[in-house]
Amino acid sequence: MSTATHAHDTHGHDHAHAHDHHGPPAGFSRWMYTTNHKDIGTMYLWFSFAMFLMGGSMALLIRAELFQPGLQLVEPQFFNSLTTVHGLVMVFGAIMPAFVGFANWLVPMQIGAADMAFPRMNNWSFWLLIPAALLLVGSFFVPGGAAASGWTLYPPLIIQQGMSIDMTILAVHILGASSIMGSINIITTILNLRAPGMTLMKMPLFVWTWLITAYLLIAVMPVLAGAVTMLLTDRHFGTSFFNAAGGGDPTMFMHIFWFFGHPEVYIMILPAFGIVSQIIPAFARKPLFGYASMVYATSSIAILSFIVWGHHMFTVGMPAAGNLFFMYATMLIAVPTGVKIFNWIATMWKGSMTFETPMLFAVGFLCLFTIGGFSGLVLAITPVDITLHNTYYVVAHFHYVLVSGALFAIMAGIYFWLPKWTGHMYSEGLGKLHFWLSMIGFNVAFFPQHFLGLAGMPRRIPDYALQFTEWNQISTVGAFIFGFSQLLFLYIVISTIRGGAKAPDRTWEGADSLEWTHLPSPVPYHTFETAPVVK
Amino acid sequence: MMTPAQELENKRLMGKLLVITVAMLGFGFAMVPMYKQICDALGITQTRVVGAGNTQVDASRDVTVELLASNAGLPWRFEALERSVKLHPGELVTVRYRVQNNLGRPVTAHAVMNTAPSVAARYVEKQECFCFSNQTLAAGETREMPVVFRVSSNAPRDMDVISLSYTFFEVKASGA
Ligand code: HEM
Ligand SMILES: [Cu+2]
Repeated sequence: MSTATHAHDTHGHDHAHAHDHHGPPAGFSRWMYTTNHKDIGTMYLWFSFAMFLMGGSMALLIRAELFQPGLQLVEPQFFNSLTTVHGLVMVFGAIMPAFVGFANWLVPMQIGAADMAFPRMNNWSFWLLIPAALLLVGSFFVPGGAAASGWTLYPPLIIQQGMSIDMTILAVHILGASSIMGSINIITTILNLRAPGMTLMKMPLFVWTWLITAYLLIAVMPVLAGAVTMLLTDRHFGTSFFNAAGGGDPTMFMHIFWFFGHPEVYIMILPAFGIVSQIIPAFARKPLFGYASMVYATSSIAILSFIVWGHHMFTVGMPAAGNLFFMYATMLIAVPTGVKIFNWIATMWKGSMTFETPMLFAVGFLCLFTIGGFSGLVLAITPVDITLHNTYYVVAHFHYVLVSGALFAIMAGIYFWLPKWTGHMYSEGLGKLHFWLSMIGFNVAFFPQHFLGLAGMPRRIPDYALQFTEWNQISTVGAFIFGFSQLLFLYIVISTIRGGAKAPDRTWEGADSLEWTHLPSPVPYHTFETAPVVK
Repeated sequence: MMTPAQELENKRLMGKLLVITVAMLGFGFAMVPMYKQICDALGITQTRVVGAGNTQVDASRDVTVELLASNAGLPWRFEALERSVKLHPGELVTVRYRVQNNLGRPVTAHAVMNTAPSVAARYVEKQECFCFSNQTLAAGETREMPVVFRVSSNAPRDMDVISLSYTFFEVKASGA
């Protein structure tokens, strides 16, 4: 409907003009030197997918070992390296870059900007990821094997292991620098480059959630950088921040790490909230219920996330007053989270809903993320957590919020915007198949882990007592279904890029942000060089 | 395309955001002394682990232990520093004895414990005692010696006074 009136925005390479706004150069140098937010977004997403497969393979090896009690496939030390690097790769390599990829693609288009504020820095933020990933994964091949301390990098173990730790620490530094650069870029773009009329309270929720996430990132990534720097100096330069032998305090590291760590989990879920808040209204064909309350809820979650870190440390021996404080603060944070769930459900209420693949993933997100939120509340009860801490119950909790939360939202977003990005419709049949395989595989893999945790099975151990066998076998079967169905996803994405039915400009009739209403599908290489006027 | 004014604006904002970044990096390091100081100030460095106190102490009753000392034919000055101690069964206490060798030669002696009533002996549980080994004192030497012990909480309730006595016997070098 609106393409005709905004044809001046299009500069596809098929009708390159005499001026310098041309399409991308061909070949590798296009990607190496690109400053185009869409190219960079694409690279982030592919990088994230590659890391997802890498981390996923480690997870399947872990599950294969846990198919039976006893030691079958891997050495215990290597098993610990697998759990550690799986966690690091998924958090820093898969989930976070995927969201930055979405931000690159969508933030400029949704606020009517031509590109990111600092395009050259944008290129740097991406290319820094490559050496970091090589360091992380390469650490498997150095003497002593990859870091085996768990992704939380706790001393004293981390102070004692070999050079892989130094590689891991360096990787974390680089990833942190990349995230901070990305965040500065995103904040500046959102605050300075909005089209005329695009007031803050008119921004799509995806942009809002990313604005808040970016602030969280620049607040806590430096803290993580500080913490791992202290680990490094403890290892090599004779300091004793955390080294008990020199008068340091290992629990001090836990405090600093989780001061980063809890906001970090919200860094991984807020953009997911943003994506879901775009998708549900589009398929319910109703505006988002409670837009303003969504913005306030997101902000309060971000602020509260700084005062709940102690819920990861209920068993380290904090005084009872501390434990109680962190217990109540954690329960408090569930309130704005509940507001969001309520708003999504209210958006669907009496809507004329259809269930294409993006909506299926979004509804799947809604149901399963809520389960993860509830198991979080169970863990937030101090006396309960003392028995559940470091069991599979915790593993179940954070996979419900991260896989069926963050990852399902990413999948939903890919199906939602792929037609806009490529100009082709994906295969709805295969998309739905992918959803159901993921949904079933995921629940079969992770729901039993609640039972295992409640029955006392500890996490991060390659062997287990016999009575845990059945649920572990079921879990492993589910994990393999989930893992291999992601190859179907890869196939769907590639074939959609290659061809397929032509996607309408406004692919989803209920979608109303600028990229749908003002831009054709596929979006041209350069968009909004003249800012649209938003009424 | 971005105007120079716009670019300047962007750089300014970037500057501000970088200040936050650096400040947070500093904050990360500052957390080490901060945690220590806040916890010290609030007195919450140590967990009070509820219920993990010594559950073997029976605070409901007292036992008086009278401390006696004697010599079997040795001209040593031997005495307890206190006449008696009052304690709860199960509670670990330390008492001290002093001994002086008044002879003009080195003497090796061994102390033997005795209790009254004599059944009390099995309830006096010693961790450290000079009676565990021979004591050799040079001519004129004085020595203070601890006894670390407790009265078992299994001791009968009517056993509220125990006399604990030590007697030193000279140990003659064998074959001399
Ligand atoms: C209602 C919201 C939530 C509550 C009340 C909550 C509560 C908790 C608690 C108490 C723990 C500590 C369990 C233990 O180690 O014994 C925990 C662990 C964890 N949570 Fe949550 N959580 C919530 C939401 C989330 C979200 C949204 C994410 C991420 C997207 C997340 C990710 C994690 C992770 C990764 C861990 C485990 C960290 C580790 O030990 O490796 N949580 N959560
Ligand atoms: Cu947390």
